[in-house]
Amino acid sequence: MNELVFFINNVIIAGSVTGSIYAIGAVGVTLVFSIMRFAHFAHADMMTFGAFMVLLLTMAFPGVGGAVGLPTPIVMLPLAMVLTALLAVGIDKAFYKPLRAHGVKPIVMVIASLGVTLMLQGLIRLFAGTGSQNLYLAGERKEIYRLDVPFELATRPIIVTEPQIILFILTIVCVVGLHLFLNRTRLGKAMRAMSDNPDLARASGINTNHIVAVTWVVAGGLAAIAGTLLSLDVTFKPDLSFFLLLPIFAAAIVGGVGHPYGAIAGGFVVGFAETLAVFNWTVLLRPIAHLFPEWVEIPRNLAFVGTEYKIVVPFFILVAILVWRPTGIFKGKVI
Amino acid sequence: MNAQRTERREDIIAAPSRFPLREVILFGTLLVAVLGVYAVMGTAYSTRMLVEASCYAILALGLTIQWGYAGQFNAGVMGFVALGAFATMFLSVPVNDAFWGTELPGELGRVLLYGAAAAMLVYGATKLDRVGVPKKLRTLIAIILAVVLYLVVISMMRGVTGEIQSRAGFIGGLGLPAWSGWIVGGALAGAIGYFIGHICLGLRSDYLAIATLGIAEIIKAFLKNSDWLTRGTATVSPLPWPTPGPSELGFTLARSLYLSVTAAMIAVIFFLLHRAYHAPWGRMIRAIRDNEISASAMGKDINKRRLEIFVLGCILMGIGGGALASFNSIFDPNGFLPLNHTFLVLVMVILGGPGNNLGTIFGAVAVYIIWLMSEPLALFLMHGAAALGEGWFGWEPPGNLDSRALQARVFVIGLLITLVLRFAPQGLLPEKVKHHG
Repeated sequence: MNELVFFINNVIIAGSVTGSIYAIGAVGVTLVFSIMRFAHFAHADMMTFGAFMVLLLTMAFPGVGGAVGLPTPIVMLPLAMVLTALLAVGIDKAFYKPLRAHGVKPIVMVIASLGVTLMLQGLIRLFAGTGSQNLYLAGERKEIYRLDVPFELATRPIIVTEPQIILFILTIVCVVGLHLFLNRTRLGKAMRAMSDNPDLARASGINTNHIVAVTWVVAGGLAAIAGTLLSLDVTFKPDLSFFLLLPIFAAAIVGGVGHPYGAIAGGFVVGFAETLAVFNWTVLLRPIAHLFPEWVEIPRNLAFVGTEYKIVVPFFILVAILVWRPTGIFKGKVI
Repeated sequence: MNAQRTERREDIIAAPSRFPLREVILFGTLLVAVLGVYAVMGTAYSTRMLVEASCYAILALGLTIQWGYAGQFNAGVMGFVALGAFATMFLSVPVNDAFWGTELPGELGRVLLYGAAAAMLVYGATKLDRVGVPKKLRTLIAIILAVVLYLVVISMMRGVTGEIQSRAGFIGGLGLPAWSGWIVGGALAGAIGYFIGHICLGLRSDYLAIATLGIAEIIKAFLKNSDWLTRGTATVSPLPWPTPGPSELGFTLARSLYLSVTAAMIAVIFFLLHRAYHAPWGRMIRAIRDNEISASAMGKDINKRRLEIFVLGCILMGIGGGALASFNSIFDPNGFLPLNHTFLVLVMVILGGPGNNLGTIFGAVAVYIIWLMSEPLALFLMHGAAALGEGWFGWEPPGNLDSRALQARVFVIGLLITLVLRFAPQGLLPEKVKHHG
């Protein structure tokens, strides 16, 4: 049974954590894609920016969390979301809007977003340094919950940390909120209309500039959440950018580009695929080793890829989906 | 009507024969800048700068045919550079007897053969529907077979590579001349480019950018972690030069000799590209870039042409990467940075003039000089700012000031990309489209 607990700890929980983070990130990418029709490469750095804002705010007001009963970074998250949303709108006004007005090809917008990525990276590292930092400042500590499994044979507990629980709750809140926003509000419906057909949306009196701004606000807010949760789960690293981009884009494309629910599913697909690929299957095979014939010898390390090659997994998924089903599992609108 | 047409034609035909004022001014300024660097920094340093700039010019020519000629955006130049560098290292480093003298090569060969056999078996399983197996069952069999065989082969591979690492260090090179490594590097980069291009070029152009960005990080991760093949972060040096090295001729002369090799390569590549650009093939490529639908209506095979030019660009990047690694005489997987090897090349191309080979070479040399000079400048400015902050406000400067100061260059590169795209999308030397009256 201990092996099963190990599996739950290392695959189910770890996979849902990475999956939720990728899902929230991929929703932002897919929303930007469906409204503005280009792959926004600066998204990963917007995530880092959000986490950095949380770090700064936590350093500025360290005692707030204790008063409310939550970790300080979580209390600061809404403020960081607003700041990141402002940044996203500002970037759009300064760099993307003039290009859009020129009517450039989408690929030029992609290059511009890479330029923005570099600018954000440079700025964040100029102020935050290149090392990793803990969002939990000294004095606060991560609560770790050990849940005992009600079976005789299992001696080890299932381990969940406080940020992971917050992450699951926030992911559910985000998904439900996004669903309500897209289906029940005027703005959400206008966004969906514009993603379906921008010309028709404009002709029916929707202010497309307004919708673009709203999209950036939503994308920026979600990016801040995803970045903060990632930094809470491990540490704040300013140089993750290109390592985050690939899984997030893979998630968005797996789910079908321009399809928010697909992006959520895609995020979990990519997250679980990553954890399953680096999981050492020997642990699960060893208890049933006596069932195999004599000549089969189970090696000590039976992971598909080593942790250092984790980035291969989203790439493999990306290639597979582009070869077999470029529209994604939920049939995205744009290919 | 007819008169109007001839009038316009004359105008267009007359245009290319104007005096190339802009070119002369820009290259004149560049020459002055280079001479200035020579005067201030000394000949050995400046010649090194020029050699590196010429290697970057080869990379930039590779990118300019992808982006400028065909409108494909490759965001993973770094990966192809690293492949070229790896091939150069593998072919040109002396033979490692601690590896070849043992039974380890046989072991490695056996595992590789098993791998090939497993790949053939899986391929055979995907064809099972030809002998009457239902398609769903075939897919299931193929996937299970692939997973099991992959696990078997990879655990064998782990055993052998661990053995190589502990007993021989790494497998060493083949002891061939450096230029053979450049050629193989180009071929290797072209092969990976073919794989990526084959998957992505028929889809939206964004997908190519995502995939190339990913493959570049994967190639880097592979080279960094395969200690048995590349010694990983321990780096391999020295790599031999194709020309007599500095120990025989002194720095300036040896580097000048190397420069003449790279300059000759650029001249050959430039000439070939110039011919290709003005040939029917080049016109076809530009037609596809400018209007895909009408090009396909003219019966052009769009995906095939795109694949051709993408692979060609990747080959050039591989060759340039090989030349750069040989010159630096060190293979360091950690030294490949997206900033230095992807975005710097991108700035060279879009600033110099995408689709204009002369502009690209100008951009490469000019941007590289600015890039090198900006390092001391950034450090100087940062130290100045820190001193001011300390003096006026009593701030304590952070410990890793230098590494932070260099991040300012990242910002400037990003700003440059966005500004050029907005205000000078054609670059300093725009592409000249010749009309054949």
